[in-house]
Amino acid sequence: MSDTINNAPIAVSVSGVSKSFKLPHEQASGIKQLLVNSLKGKKGYEIQHVIGGIDFEIKKGEFFGIVGKNGSGKSTLLKLIAGIYVPEKGHIKIDGSLTPFIELGVGFNPELTGRENVFLNGALLGFDRKEIDEMYEGIVAFAELEKFMDQKLKNYSSGMQVRLAFSIAIRAKSDILLIDEVLAVGDAAFQAKCFDYFYELKKSDTTVIFVSHDQGSLERFCDRGVLIDEGKVIAYGKIRDVLKRYGSVVLEGLDRNDPNRDKVVAQNGIVEYAEIFDVRVENSQGKKTTKYIYGESINVSYKIRVKRTIINPVFGVTIWQKNVEKAILATNTLIDRYTETGTFQKGDIINFSVNLPNNLNGAEYVVEPAIANESTTIFYDQKPNAAKFIINGGDNPHSIISFNERSKYFINKAG
Amino acid sequence: MKLTNIFSRRNRILLRELVITDFKLRYQGSALGYAWSLLKPLFMFAILYVVFGMLIKLGSVEHYAVYLLIGIVLWTFFSEATNQGMNAIVGRGDLLRKISFPKYIIVLSTTISALINLALNLVIVAVLMIINGVELHFSMLMLPVYILEIYILALGLAFYLSAVNVKYRDTSHIWEIIMQAAFYATPIIYPLAIVLDKSETIAKFMLMNPLAQAIQDVRYSLITPETITVATLFKNDLFVIIPIAIVITVFISGTLYFKHHSKYFAENI
Repeated sequence: MSDTINNAPIAVSVSGVSKSFKLPHEQASGIKQLLVNSLKGKKGYEIQHVIGGIDFEIKKGEFFGIVGKNGSGKSTLLKLIAGIYVPEKGHIKIDGSLTPFIELGVGFNPELTGRENVFLNGALLGFDRKEIDEMYEGIVAFAELEKFMDQKLKNYSSGMQVRLAFSIAIRAKSDILLIDEVLAVGDAAFQAKCFDYFYELKKSDTTVIFVSHDQGSLERFCDRGVLIDEGKVIAYGKIRDVLKRYGSVVLEGLDRNDPNRDKVVAQNGIVEYAEIFDVRVENSQGKKTTKYIYGESINVSYKIRVKRTIINPVFGVTIWQKNVEKAILATNTLIDRYTETGTFQKGDIINFSVNLPNNLNGAEYVVEPAIANESTTIFYDQKPNAAKFIINGGDNPHSIISFNERSKYFINKAG
Repeated sequence: MKLTNIFSRRNRILLRELVITDFKLRYQGSALGYAWSLLKPLFMFAILYVVFGMLIKLGSVEHYAVYLLIGIVLWTFFSEATNQGMNAIVGRGDLLRKISFPKYIIVLSTTISALINLALNLVIVAVLMIINGVELHFSMLMLPVYILEIYILALGLAFYLSAVNVKYRDTSHIWEIIMQAAFYATPIIYPLAIVLDKSETIAKFMLMNPLAQAIQDVRYSLITPETITVATLFKNDLFVIIPIAIVITVFISGTLYFKHHSKYFAENI
């Protein structure tokens, strides 16, 4: 996918775009205030520069993330792309049809029934009555609201409204879709539906512009992205790099005592929960060495200094062949079903070692140890290129690694 | 706003849905529902007829009841179209802030709702005409032309007012006062003849108001040739150009003003 995207034509091009708003001081939207202000020689408003000279391009078929803190200008940017706001400077070029939806349930009227709202909302997407009639059953079934369609929308729960809105929104057929923070609403079941829909979109030719601060879903779906802070582009490119930068941007803005800080810190590998040190690669005699022959057992060990209570952390090791982008072997305690790894307190030192069944052919390899939380959503620490070893021999230089037996782990508290 | 885009498929669909929604919502929750759009002008007519037709006689006109009703119905239409058009943009702020679509559709949809109401009210006028024994003429075929004239004037004003209203919410109050004055400045409840008795210049001046000109012309072609119109007062058909020029000027300038400011509605609302 990423290769085809590199050469893909441009769907959205944003060049030199700036936008500022006039913020009225008080209730200045009246003629009295206008007169008072002009007499006093006051402007009655303040200029707020929301977007200041932004450039980036979104390629066709790309799942593109716009990342930023609250108030960073990302929603304004999305509205500029959608054509809701007009850029003050610069211009935005759009190639293809664009669904102007920014949020779910726009135009929903609480006084109308669910059914009537489907037609109204559908019209905003450009569907006429006949087209909606054809899709109606499907929309209602997907939203699981068969019994409620003749009730007024004001009697729906917020979850029901979101389901209905989403069910209509996914019918939109256009080349470019704009999605703003949809995942912020809805329960787990709804999120699962969202994810399914996003996977569908990712597979299709649709260009998706996705605004969120949920790093998990951004990383999962987006190919590339742009990080906006104070109306400027801070990072632009592969989503992984953009998110890494995002972590440090958020961190700068957080108070030391903010409970979110730990999460942000941990998410970005800034050592706080636990620290990996003393990474070793040893042979079967327990001797630290970098040279192995094909088939010889390899033991990777490392120590972890615990800085905060961690429960059932996941320990893992990734082996990379040197100069190859793809991991040769990535294994961890969760994959091998060692779920009860224990509870560790601040000050604990954990010894971890894993015996790797060695089927590696002759080459140079590097070791990347890692420790993560129970569900591997937060990486407490990881150390790329922490150690290396060289294998000599091996009968097949083109072999693909496969292991017939599970790795063996040894975990205990030191002392 | 390219002319070809004005009635593109997407915009037509949206316009239709907005008109339907508008109509559905208007009398939501009221027991009589749509009947209110007929009852309101009927009651206003009844009150004015008792006061000005029976208690205070304001001149004598053939078929005064119908004469009065058609005036009230047309005035109600004009007032509805401008008032609802004026509040259309502000009232749909939620939509404008979140979705990009041609803004004029919102204004257009409210004025079309007013137009539908007018059609319903004209049915009542027709019934009253039959009861009153008003003779039918071919000149009645001119009715749609005059209604179109009032509609274009109302639409032009609605464009202008709705855009100004986004910036200054005082607009609705000012417009209320202007409408109050215009109601009496237009010969609706009184026949123009009583003004003519006092001063021909004032009567002539009043007829330059497109609303007065159109209403008088409707009365002339529909009810009685006794009605004083621009043509009969000036003894020259050509003077009708002045009110029509006013209508066209208001419409074009209103549309342009709206078009210029509509780009910034989303951020100013």
